[in-house]
Amino acid sequence: MGFFETGFSGLTWGSLVMLIIGGVLLYLGIAKKMEPLLLVPIGFGVILVNLPLGGLMETIVNGEVYEAYVIGGEPAGLLSRVFYYGLTWEIIPPLIFLGLGAMTDFGPLIANPKTLLLGAGAQFGVYFSFFIALLLGSAFPDVLHIGINEAASIGIIGGADGPTTIYLTNRLAPHFIGATAVAAYTYMALVPIIQPPVIKLLTTKQERGIYMKPQLREVAKREKILFPIIASIIIILLVPKSAPLIGMFMLGNLLKESGVTERLADTAANAFMNVLTILLGLSVGAFMSADAFLKPESLIVFALGIIAFSASTAFGVLLAKLMNLFSKEKINPMIGAAGVSAVPMAARVVQKLGQQENPRNFLLMHAMGPNIAGVIGTATAAGVFLGIIPNLLG
Amino acid sequence: MAEERVEFPITGKITTVNVKAGDAVQEGDVLCFLESMKMENPILAPVGGNIASIDISSGQVVEAGDIAAVIEY
Repeated sequence: MGFFETGFSGLTWGSLVMLIIGGVLLYLGIAKKMEPLLLVPIGFGVILVNLPLGGLMETIVNGEVYEAYVIGGEPAGLLSRVFYYGLTWEIIPPLIFLGLGAMTDFGPLIANPKTLLLGAGAQFGVYFSFFIALLLGSAFPDVLHIGINEAASIGIIGGADGPTTIYLTNRLAPHFIGATAVAAYTYMALVPIIQPPVIKLLTTKQERGIYMKPQLREVAKREKILFPIIASIIIILLVPKSAPLIGMFMLGNLLKESGVTERLADTAANAFMNVLTILLGLSVGAFMSADAFLKPESLIVFALGIIAFSASTAFGVLLAKLMNLFSKEKINPMIGAAGVSAVPMAARVVQKLGQQENPRNFLLMHAMGPNIAGVIGTATAAGVFLGIIPNLLG
Repeated sequence: MAEERVEFPITGKITTVNVKAGDAVQEGDVLCFLESMKMENPILAPVGGNIASIDISSGQVVEAGDIAAVIEY
């Protein structure tokens, strides 16, 4: 090629496959409207980084330049710098939680605190798939390199929370970040397809038709202001490692509810959040080079991710049924399924199924309680992993 | 004849009204769509019968507890 080098000679089968995967992600985002705000930047990031010699993810290790991202190296490309300072330094996911907090209304949860339990119940699914991943990893140690760190990153997918999944994976198993992030976001978009069969399997028609009075009690402004403050103090004292996510989430909510920081809440929920979403999507996509993504572990992440989603749904429903055994006023067990934190898709699924079985039912607000509790629950579950696993590994 | 007063379960904005007074409806038919929490939610007929009155229009903002329609059956 002489003095000018094009990228063609650098194309490999792996990079061609990744270009197709990037194209599929773009298709799902644009044509199927599946989580487009994330899948479009992720898909484009995948395409950019798999075009040879672009140098977007260059890292320098001991003075030598590598084209793919090397964990532990010094970033030298546009996207490797974003990835390093945004994700490896753990800045972007917690700040996205600030925006999420500013978009969240804790009203339904405060009006019916029982639903906090349901949000916690769904997290059993996270631990369930954590153990399955661990078992698979120890059964096939030569094929799958899944240890306790990788298993936790797979399990957390069941929480259905993108930023939390990315945050935890970056800490425990950074080489998995592309696969877990894409699994989390695609399955979140598939919540309306994954959840109904699981819910129907575990409930009778009659249970799904259980009527709940539509109106929740009015929540006072003072309660809404105090909630994020008190919740932060209690949760962070209980699970200290959840502080970055929970702290930012609650601050964002306080900005919204305090009534005196409207400008900050508006920026956190809109402009700031959008900037971060672009950076997050692009750098996660850029991490998915052929070498990093095309390996058997990625397939296992996807397979177990869907088990994690289903298990979280199942545990939420089962816990709601358990609660019904002990309480006089029956709740519709389906609202337990909203304990996975995909807000508001999971609540929406419950609303739809509830109306199908009984046209009088309007479960949306009842399901929002566990749904929001699920976000808190997943961030806390991540904090539990972070608190325990380093100690286990000594 | 019995009367069923259908109340709005949550506060929101009506996007479309699908029936008018005098229409016959089946249980589960859509009366109108209510936009709330950035979602379009159908309001369904809890019983089959005739619409005795429906006094809402698209674009109108309604409170939880407001009457969406009265159905005679």
